[in-house]
Amino acid sequence: MGRITLDKVTKRFGDVEVIPPLDLEINDGEFVVFVGPSGCGKSTLLRLIAGLEDVTAGEITIDGTAASDLPPAKRGLAMVFQSYALYPHMSVRKNIAFPMKMAGMPQDEQNRRIEAAATALNLTDYLDRRPGQLSGGQRQRVAIGRAIVREPSAFLFDEPLSNLDAALRHGMRLEISELHKRLDTTMIYVTHDQVEAMTMADKIVVLQAGVIEQIGSPLDLYRAPCNLFVAGFIGSPTMNLLTGQEASKRNAHTVGIRPEHVDISTTEGAWKGKVGVAEHLGSDTFLHIHAEGLSLETLTVRVGGEYAVKRGDTVWLTPQEENIHKFDANGLRIE
Amino acid sequence: MARAVTTQRKALNTALAWGIGLMIFFPILWTILTSFKSEAQAIANPPIFLGFDWTLENYGVVMERSNYARFLINSVIIAGGSTILGILVAVPAAWSMAFVPSKRTKDILLWMLSTKMLPAVGVLYPIYLLCIQLGVLDNRLALVVILMLINLPIIVWMLYTYFREIPGEILEAARMDGASLKSEILYVLTPMAIPGIASTLLLNFILAWNEAFWTLNLTSVDAAPLTAFIASYSSPEGLFFAKLSAASTMAIAPILILGWFSQKQLVRGLTFGAVK
Repeated sequence: MGRITLDKVTKRFGDVEVIPPLDLEINDGEFVVFVGPSGCGKSTLLRLIAGLEDVTAGEITIDGTAASDLPPAKRGLAMVFQSYALYPHMSVRKNIAFPMKMAGMPQDEQNRRIEAAATALNLTDYLDRRPGQLSGGQRQRVAIGRAIVREPSAFLFDEPLSNLDAALRHGMRLEISELHKRLDTTMIYVTHDQVEAMTMADKIVVLQAGVIEQIGSPLDLYRAPCNLFVAGFIGSPTMNLLTGQEASKRNAHTVGIRPEHVDISTTEGAWKGKVGVAEHLGSDTFLHIHAEGLSLETLTVRVGGEYAVKRGDTVWLTPQEENIHKFDANGLRIE
Repeated sequence: MARAVTTQRKALNTALAWGIGLMIFFPILWTILTSFKSEAQAIANPPIFLGFDWTLENYGVVMERSNYARFLINSVIIAGGSTILGILVAVPAAWSMAFVPSKRTKDILLWMLSTKMLPAVGVLYPIYLLCIQLGVLDNRLALVVILMLINLPIIVWMLYTYFREIPGEILEAARMDGASLKSEILYVLTPMAIPGIASTLLLNFILAWNEAFWTLNLTSVDAAPLTAFIASYSSPEGLFFAKLSAASTMAIAPILILGWFSQKQLVRGLTFGAVK
């Protein structure tokens, strides 16, 4: 079980309100990602759930038990830190055993679980090494091993992949998703990387300045961002946002169109523009186009595959009307 | 060319370092040399550096006249006891200052250190009276406590500096893993801080061993450590420099040997943070 409810949870550091009263419900077995720019309060929120910070007001309930005043150890949660936070003076085996030792688990049960975790995480050959002798990816796996042996009711991940290089990050992302499928345990994952959020989450919680901007499945957020912030945050490259004539023509204050929803032609279209920077990735081509008569100086366009244009070429763009997002003067979505 | 200059400069630096080192060590060397001279050669003018008649006579006299072992045991008890007690008090204090600091932590640290700036003699009278009132004058346990309190600011400061180098996330991980405060300090913090704790232990043992003001003023016979042993050869014996030197050499020998074997640890401890 791992059902976590936040009821008007508030956090203040001195006079600064980092998290204004916030409600959130996390269902058992869900993979929830907190995403937002740095300083948005996502890590603080995770630490409040973990019990590493005290709530200023409000109540956190874990599996029906009021947990706001419980110490971290009593909440039945396990956490994986960005810096791995392994015990440098202990072998991998002792690191993984530590939470079980603290719980006073019988030795043979400890050994059984260590072996199981080591097999699952490919750590069998490294059990007697110290964390200092392992690579970044292996350290992160030890941290995960230390978390799973406790069989917690939920896992908390605090930007666990930010210290890894790109290739390793991709591999670990798959491993964590795989782990979630296998264990079927609630996972709360904090990241500033929207790719991680989109690929792993069942439910994404977009935060800004301690406030939840939108909650939804990755594709919900992609298809129907509820405001300008979410529209700009989810999706890569980011959505093109236009004001002025193009917006008022469609009865909106701002309209947004994703780079992949603009059709491009060298002969005809709605908007004329000149190619600026062209990023050729092979699988995709990202074109930054200086369009005439638009409120946005550079429009980003994504074309599948290779597209042979170069800097200074004239192109024509046509937005796909059915994929245009409309927002009012307050930045809220108009349906 | 540039390389030659660097080599020259290195040689110069080395020579300078040796010069300063010898200058600092010279009084100790002179004391040791004097302890092997006869009383007449000890006060000879001009002084004799090495060309004297080496004798162990002074040591014989000192051993015969005083109970060296008793002073030594008292020194070990007082220096060791106050250091261990100090560490026991300082580890939790430094833990709270390093990992759960409050607005006043910095002030408290400075205030603690400021007590070291006060001349000790300023509080001699009240402490002396307190010892009389409590009936603990010339008492080893009382000295253990007093020396512990006197060195506590330094112990806390040193440990605080070491603990600050330990990432807080590791302690948070321990908390998440179900460790109580006691387990956190015992199984995670202390093992990680062992090098720092060891240097702190060593330095404070040396400080307490050498402490002369309180040990001389608050002891007479029962609790008198080696500092009192040296002192007993200075005032009543007047100008008997050779015997005084022999007593001094015997008093500093244990700590000198300890320092010699642990110098790596000591230097590492004292420069901790500066090199990182």
